[in-house]
Amino acid sequence: MAGRGHTIEVRGEQGQHVTFAISGPIALDNLHAFNLETQALLQKLLPAALTVDLAGVDYLDSAGALGLIELESQARNRAITCELVNLSDKARGILSLIDPQSLTLPPLLTDRQTGNLLERLGDETLRIINDFKEVLIFLGELLGALTYALLHPWKVRWQDVLFYMKRAGVDGLPIIGLISLLLGLILAFMSSLQLKQFGANIYVASLLAIAIVKELGPIMTAILVAGRSGSSFAAEIGTMMVNEEVDALTTMGFTPVRFLAVPKVLAAMIVVPLLTIYADLFGILGGVIVGVMGLDLTVYTYLKETQRSLTLVDIITSLIKSGVFAVLIAGIGCQRGFEVRGGAEAVGSATTSAVVAAIFLIILTDSAFALAFHYLNI
Amino acid sequence: MANSTSKPVIIVDRLTARFGDNTIFDRVSFQVNQGEILVILGGSGCGKSTMLKHMIGLYKPAGGKVWFNEVDINTDDDRVLQRVRMNLGVLFQSGALFGSMTLAENVSLPIYEYTDLDSATIDLIVRMKLGLVSLQGYENHLPSELSGGMQKRAGLARAMALDPMVLFFDEPSAGLDPITSVELDNLIKSINAGMGTTMVIVTHELASIFNIAHRVIMLDKSAKGIIAEGDPQELKDHSTDPRVVNFFNRRPATGPAPQGR
Repeated sequence: MAGRGHTIEVRGEQGQHVTFAISGPIALDNLHAFNLETQALLQKLLPAALTVDLAGVDYLDSAGALGLIELESQARNRAITCELVNLSDKARGILSLIDPQSLTLPPLLTDRQTGNLLERLGDETLRIINDFKEVLIFLGELLGALTYALLHPWKVRWQDVLFYMKRAGVDGLPIIGLISLLLGLILAFMSSLQLKQFGANIYVASLLAIAIVKELGPIMTAILVAGRSGSSFAAEIGTMMVNEEVDALTTMGFTPVRFLAVPKVLAAMIVVPLLTIYADLFGILGGVIVGVMGLDLTVYTYLKETQRSLTLVDIITSLIKSGVFAVLIAGIGCQRGFEVRGGAEAVGSATTSAVVAAIFLIILTDSAFALAFHYLNI
Repeated sequence: MANSTSKPVIIVDRLTARFGDNTIFDRVSFQVNQGEILVILGGSGCGKSTMLKHMIGLYKPAGGKVWFNEVDINTDDDRVLQRVRMNLGVLFQSGALFGSMTLAENVSLPIYEYTDLDSATIDLIVRMKLGLVSLQGYENHLPSELSGGMQKRAGLARAMALDPMVLFFDEPSAGLDPITSVELDNLIKSINAGMGTTMVIVTHELASIFNIAHRVIMLDKSAKGIIAEGDPQELKDHSTDPRVVNFFNRRPATGPAPQGR
């Protein structure tokens, strides 16, 4: 049936009784040509009556049958009496399946309304407010579950915690190390260009130490963990939502947040501060490389200066900060996962939203920490 | 009723399926004739769905061939393969409708891809296909807004979008209530009778089997192949194989069950 066309033999005079003797296939492949040809013929001949002879039709599919029904209805619109003759049993069968009424029935739902600008603005605002509420509710649930875990540590699924520690922590070591090293190199190099002019080479070490340990280390680590693990938490829980696995957990008497979210959040809380220290070390290593190769400093002086410019408080606050980031990343990842309704598309958008929201929250909390530390004189 | 002497559309030739060391079935041969409703049946784990996925070319066989209209379904020639795929429609167990698209978009997707029709004509075809499965008016609904039975029917409309020569059904009545299930069976029968579409159905619903099958093939887990073939009523009444009789009469196997766990 592929690649073959139909032929229409026209018998009869213009304006009189006309017969279309059709042979060959009428199918999806040649429906377009068939429609065009019959319309043109009707237009040209304007017959008083039309007989469509299907004796030569060797293949008819439902699209072809639709073409015939269309031909009939067009003839009717032009007040031409139309008759199909010599139908094969098969053609009759197909035609009998098609309900002409269904072709003209208006859809039960008209096109989905997108609304005007004002409506959409309102919708979006409501969505954001709602979203914020959901996040707060989830945060409350999560904190409740974490407190419960603290009071009943034997009820925590430590196997899962270890698994997610490996996934979020150990598996992330290469990329976090590499990014931090490069960041340290770049930062040290750029600042050395400026400080060299004043002969203040040694201050590259303190500049880098403070920048990396207080800000860039925790933030870069958090962003990388959000991209690697926050997204995977959202996708994992989202897919479980789609497959009704979360419903199954609920009916078995588990609290999904306790069962699914707590191990992930705990794992992140343990692993992200450790990753931050690791990232700090690699960042400083980048500085050492620039210092030794470009600034004629010895490793000892560089490290000595680094040590002098950092206090224990700096390191501890940076770790507290990264612990908070960890809760945010893992929490928002799980929350977006639990929000998934529907199918594959919803999982995708939950994953995106988990990463975007996590990064936004990381920056927001970091600013809050900066202000707080400033006023507390830490 | 299809007559069994008409020419075969699909020939399964000594097909072997294996996952790792686990052989599902071994050198199975049968054919599907033009215009018939063939039901592949058997207990759980006998490889019915695996057989179906081999027949539509989703799985590569460990041995043997599947010929679809004299073309090897596992051919490497993309153009031939595309031609073959246009001629087979599959209704998956869960409908497998695209959740982000409306029914009209789901059904029109292959038509837009494979034809040069204008959108008004495609629109009309979509309405006709939805009408065929009694879903007229539901063009703009999303799959999630439909009941399970309606989703199945919508999946059928999409499978029929290009008027395939052969329609495959994976457990069509799974998850449907008895009434909806019978309605779907009747729909399958009327499409088979009206359009002459060849149908291959994988199921273990006895009621369905007796209602729609022209011919059945029964696979068995321990035999790793076909243990019975023919008219279902005939098999039920006259088979001498206890496994076949037990299946049709809903009797659990007595005595030492082969490979039972």
